[in-house]
Amino acid sequence: MRLIAGLAVAAVVLGAAGCGGGSSTDTAASPSGSGTGKPPLRVGLAYDIGGRGDQSFNDSAAAGLDKAKKDFGITDSKELEANQGETDAQKEERLRLLAEGGYTPIIAVGFAYAGPLKKVASEFPDTKFAIVDDQSTLAGNITNLVFAEEQGSFLVGAAAALKSVKNNVGFVGGVQVPLIKKFEVGYIQGVKHQKPDVQVQVKYLTQPPDFSGFGDPAKGKAAAQGMYDSGADIVYQAAGGSGGGVFEAAKAAGAWAIGVDSDQAKTADPAVRDRILTSMVKKVDVAVYDFIKNNVDGTVKSGPIVYDLAKGGVDYATTGGHINDIVPQLEELKKQIISGQIKVASS
Amino acid sequence: MNTFLNRLMGRVKLGGLLAVAAPILAIVFAMLITSVVLIAAGKPALDTFGWLIDNGSQPRSIVNIVNLGTTYYLAAVAVAIGFRMNLFNIGVDGQYRLAALISAAVGGAAVLPGVLNIVLVVVVAVAVGGLWAAIAGFLKVRRGVSEVISTIMLNAIATAFGSWLLIEHFGTVNGNAIATTPIPDNAHVPAAAIVPGTQLGINTFVIVAIVVGIAYAVVLSRTRFGFNLRATGRSEPAAVASGVSVKKMVLITMILSGGAAGLIGMPELLGSSFTYNTNFPAGLGFTGIAVALLGRNNAVGMAIGALLFSFLDTSSDILQLHDISPEIVKIMQGAIVLSVIIAYELAHRYRLVAEQRRVSRELLEGAAA
Repeated sequence: MRLIAGLAVAAVVLGAAGCGGGSSTDTAASPSGSGTGKPPLRVGLAYDIGGRGDQSFNDSAAAGLDKAKKDFGITDSKELEANQGETDAQKEERLRLLAEGGYTPIIAVGFAYAGPLKKVASEFPDTKFAIVDDQSTLAGNITNLVFAEEQGSFLVGAAAALKSVKNNVGFVGGVQVPLIKKFEVGYIQGVKHQKPDVQVQVKYLTQPPDFSGFGDPAKGKAAAQGMYDSGADIVYQAAGGSGGGVFEAAKAAGAWAIGVDSDQAKTADPAVRDRILTSMVKKVDVAVYDFIKNNVDGTVKSGPIVYDLAKGGVDYATTGGHINDIVPQLEELKKQIISGQIKVASS
Repeated sequence: MNTFLNRLMGRVKLGGLLAVAAPILAIVFAMLITSVVLIAAGKPALDTFGWLIDNGSQPRSIVNIVNLGTTYYLAAVAVAIGFRMNLFNIGVDGQYRLAALISAAVGGAAVLPGVLNIVLVVVVAVAVGGLWAAIAGFLKVRRGVSEVISTIMLNAIATAFGSWLLIEHFGTVNGNAIATTPIPDNAHVPAAAIVPGTQLGINTFVIVAIVVGIAYAVVLSRTRFGFNLRATGRSEPAAVASGVSVKKMVLITMILSGGAAGLIGMPELLGSSFTYNTNFPAGLGFTGIAVALLGRNNAVGMAIGALLFSFLDTSSDILQLHDISPEIVKIMQGAIVLSVIIAYELAHRYRLVAEQRRVSRELLEGAAA
């Protein structure tokens, strides 16, 4: 612990020295700097339910923060997490506490913060905010970090169609919300684009406001089992913590599963990793890292930044080598999506 | 009958000094448990309580505590109405969520102007909550289905039904959120910025909560209906013998409990979110059960319990700022409920033993004389 702190202090010193040495940054007007070089950033993160350690997208945001802290010598950061069943007032208060504590930038992880952020951002015009997965809340001091989940899902859909022997694949969504619908829609379009006659089974684990579908492996397992039993040989899951159950079902059925958010062939339970065909990678960590980096550089812009295939914000994973033979085809599709030749619908 | 359940539900009253001593003992005991957990986790226990009190006394926190407490209080009253009659309405959660959704859709349609729209929204919410609870009441009266089972199942059905209504009928997608049409500005319940030092206002729906609390206390203790309700709760055969129609009481109580449940979502809907979306707070019905137990179904007790719970929930962020896990809040809440139950039970038993001693002493003295 002490060693890390020591390293961090050293990094700050080095960073500050580097800053002073640069000729261009000295003259750049910075609102917080007072001539002696910019003080290190103090970063605040407000998580959705689950917080750090959810093995899903909160963790991905945390990874981005950790990397930024290391690279930019940030020593002061605060991470606050949401409680089950809380009201918007509580989310507002969380953001307010961070802003009041002088943290900037502040990153709100999850679209649930959209309404609260709108209010708080106008109360603290000098604080920089970012929100992940929402582009409905626009303001001069808000950066919207959004992802083209449908594009990545299209590619893993195409992969599923190419790899399916039984011409029958499945999709397990955690909770039936518009965000997860984007995964489903892109996936089905990808499957049908590759092989129009492949059958797609779709199942959502829970309906809002029951969000347990993002954290219940038993439900994921039952749903996937049902799909394998009725003829599917590949199931794509966008179900957060329930995804582990889908992998277990794949293992038991000797079939394939497709991971989501991170490269799950590297992060899932080691016993099931060999059944993960590929993963639709959604790089929340990159978005968070980039946003902090832009704050460090003083180049932060407000408004939506779409992390799509072109930007490398979404992608498919090749860990395990199970799809090595179809990579050329997938790369071709990727090119066509980036060039706009293929339009992927999001709803 | 002085059974444990009757004592738990506050149907047997504790008098005198013990009534005050029991809850104070309970809080002290809960703080002790929390301290042990904190120290075991390597956190400073005394400082933690200091931070809690410090944060809780900030003007902005006071507003938030009262606003959240209003919601918790309504939830507790809804649960308590059933509890007083031995009716375990576990379905308060589903009742208020469905009520909030449908009334939000009605309010968003703005068929009536201004204040009338507010009234309409509240009436619809109460009606939906009551009707949804009536299903469980009807099943119990007609088929003898345990209301515990049926209300839990109805919670699941309310979730699925509500989701279908929201996604297929009432909701519009905006980015990643799906929400009903917002209730127009002229039908918002105003916030009163009466706490000095902050611009955040107290949700004036708190007045409705106070009225509901008073009505609850008066109806239960001062009316014939309240007497019948309590009598049925204490002893069904005795109630039947004195001419109470138990079936009618079950149905009416269930509807009243559900109707009160319909109010739970109103402070949030009319005072803050103005729309029902996928992020509308869920699980308040279960918080209500804990608060009702904590307040022993007493109108004032539940108010204190609701404020205590909202104070703790509001403290979650300040604890995290000091690197203390927010789960400590849940531990504290659980410890408090358990301590209160145990403290009251101990006080009851102490009183019982003391009474027996007194009687036997008097008898002995009588024999000696």
